[in-house]
Amino acid sequence: MAFRLIFDGKFGGQVAHALKAAEQKPLVPKPEAKPASALWLLSALQREGRLLDFLQQNVSGFSDEEVGAAARVVHDGCRKVVQQYFKFEPGAREQEGATISIPAGFDPQRWRLTGNVSGQPPFRGTLRHHGWVVGEVRTPSVSESLDERVIAPAEVEIP
Amino acid sequence: MSQFAIGIDLGTTNCALSYYDIEAGSARKWQDSTLGIPQLTAPGTLEERSLLPSFLYLPSSAEFAEGALSMPWDKKAASIVGELARSHGSKVPARLISSAKSWLSHNQVDRTSALLPWQALEDVQRLSPVESSARYLRHLAQAWDEKFAGTKASAGRAAANQEILLTVPASFDAAARELTLQAAKQAGLEHVTLLEEPQAALYAWLEAAGDGFRKQVKTGDVILVVDVGGGTSDLSLIAVTEQGGELQLTRVAVGDHILLGGDNMDLTLAHSLNQQLLANGKKLDPWQFISLTYGCRQAKELLFSDAKLKMAPISVPSRGSGLVGGTIKTELTREELTRLLTDGFMPRVAVSEAPQVARRTGLAQMALPYAQDPAITKHLAAFLSRQCRALATAHEALVKTEGKAFVHPTAILFNGGVFKAHALKERIVQVLNEWLKADRGQPVKELAGADLDLAVARGAAYYGWVRHGHGVRIRGGTARSYYVGVEASMPAVPGFEPPIKALCVAPFGMEEGTQADVPPQEFGLVTGEPTRFRFFASSLRREDKVGLMLEDAAHNEELEELAPIETTLSADAAEKRHLVPINLQAAVTEVGTLEIRCIEKSGSGKWKLEMNVRMKGEEG
Repeated sequence: MAFRLIFDGKFGGQVAHALKAAEQKPLVPKPEAKPASALWLLSALQREGRLLDFLQQNVSGFSDEEVGAAARVVHDGCRKVVQQYFKFEPGAREQEGATISIPAGFDPQRWRLTGNVSGQPPFRGTLRHHGWVVGEVRTPSVSESLDERVIAPAEVEIP
Repeated sequence: MSQFAIGIDLGTTNCALSYYDIEAGSARKWQDSTLGIPQLTAPGTLEERSLLPSFLYLPSSAEFAEGALSMPWDKKAASIVGELARSHGSKVPARLISSAKSWLSHNQVDRTSALLPWQALEDVQRLSPVESSARYLRHLAQAWDEKFAGTKASAGRAAANQEILLTVPASFDAAARELTLQAAKQAGLEHVTLLEEPQAALYAWLEAAGDGFRKQVKTGDVILVVDVGGGTSDLSLIAVTEQGGELQLTRVAVGDHILLGGDNMDLTLAHSLNQQLLANGKKLDPWQFISLTYGCRQAKELLFSDAKLKMAPISVPSRGSGLVGGTIKTELTREELTRLLTDGFMPRVAVSEAPQVARRTGLAQMALPYAQDPAITKHLAAFLSRQCRALATAHEALVKTEGKAFVHPTAILFNGGVFKAHALKERIVQVLNEWLKADRGQPVKELAGADLDLAVARGAAYYGWVRHGHGVRIRGGTARSYYVGVEASMPAVPGFEPPIKALCVAPFGMEEGTQADVPPQEFGLVTGEPTRFRFFASSLRREDKVGLMLEDAAHNEELEELAPIETTLSADAAEKRHLVPINLQAAVTEVGTLEIRCIEKSGSGKWKLEMNVRMKGEEG
């Protein structure tokens, strides 16, 4: 998804729109500051979880153990970011694998039907993935002077 | 009367702020009363957090883009306070000020001089521990003003106009308290009262317990407060007695200021794992070591929170972008955790075992006096044993000491982030109960504290409410008795330092708002020169009355020497130097600081002796 945010401007716009729509009580930004954007989020995921380093690297030559060790770093850091700024809820409360009933008038944005889909609701089927919906978005306000294209600054060590 | 009582926890590692609406006149919802503190978490990124890390970063002008450090109240901010200071400072440690609070009580350095960052780079503008502490307080005050006094109409609610309850460790001596107060004044906070942190923690417990507290503690109870934060350990004893049918709480003893805490634990784990990595041919550079320390903290929290896990993996990321293949893998096993932390820091020892105190050699590096012995249980044993002997001499028997080897606590209250780990609390309770059983005492009961990070700030704000006549007030007065050095008048003998006596000027437990006149001695101030007195304190001697003279202060185990106190009487150019005979008077202010005054014997002159917080042993 990170790649799509950079290269597919339309998708980036959709994400930004979805984030903005779900915003409930953001930290009130000062007139000069703007609400955090998708690029800011990518930068936070790189800073805390090294996500971009992980995705940019070609992992085919490495063992599972090596990929796993790196994955722990990414998991730890990105999880911290995501839990700090978002509250997620499952779309369906039931357990995956349970039989579930979809009533008439269901929201097709929230429920994806697969398999033998024909006729009209209500449908009975097995829940395969409970889905994710953002409950709360609390991103910080970001200064105007920040160049968001800098996802991560180059690091130079002075001896 | 100010509308709010603001409780500020000025911690070694983190600060917090809680508030109580006094004007509203009714009990507050204490869960909602903490201030979200805006701070930079990344350049140009402002967020509210409930804690403000006590870190100050002094960037070079080249490091950050213009405007990247601006705060809502200071667009041109050139330094960073809080989370970004902490995280960025780990990359450039020589520009970072941390643990300023520990320096406030370090009497081997000049605490008002610009000496932090310790071992800073050449071009770094340095600050004193007092100024650093003032910066954290100023940040909190500005955060408060931003939220509560942001409009013209609400400007009267500014922090400068509110009642501030500022916490200090119980083990802070008179000079450290005085410096804390100075920092508050520099931050623009005028109406400040100091409160001991373990008492604040107990107040938080009292507020949460409400009226039900009488079911949990009763007359005769002795509450031990064990506060282990990131960098310090603080011990206090509070006795529960009855007077006129009302339950009374009195703080009866405090321990020494021990520089030992959660950060030591993380470093211990990191050093141990680092050794293993070295043995396997993997060398970490200093930044990776910091990463390892951070990873150890995560692993520690994980293992403590889930008893079923046998180990927690730790990954130290590469510094370059090749994360896969460059990440160093290691793990923390439960066996190591128990051996290094639970047994290393809280060993099961006998109550008679004293902590090791290595002799300081003359060439000891002048840095913070970290505790030599990391065993918290040994420090606890020493505290309870020494105080038992000291309390036995007190005429007011607030605590039973007959036939006991150490003070028997009946209840224990934990505070500080370290005790989020239940296993560590359990170990302390286990060790304490072993001592109690061997000394024919009853097992101790744990008082359930809430929110180990915010209890001190919350309790301080609640104390503001208590002072207006609600709830129960913890009494106690000074936690030490204070003495002034008097040189024995003896003929001079080369190479032999004349013994120095200690004259008691303030007794143990001297209440706030009282003063004591020291019986006349042959003291005089010389105009035009600084007159200096050596200054001592004791947290053990309970029965010394004002005017008591102790022999050989320098070798008395129960006395600790503090920074000297002095005053200088100005002299006109025309006046010859002459001697002004004076009497001494001690006063404990309502604020909670100790003042020693010189009163002219036959005249109206009055001078305050200032605590000389510059170099100890500096000759005038």
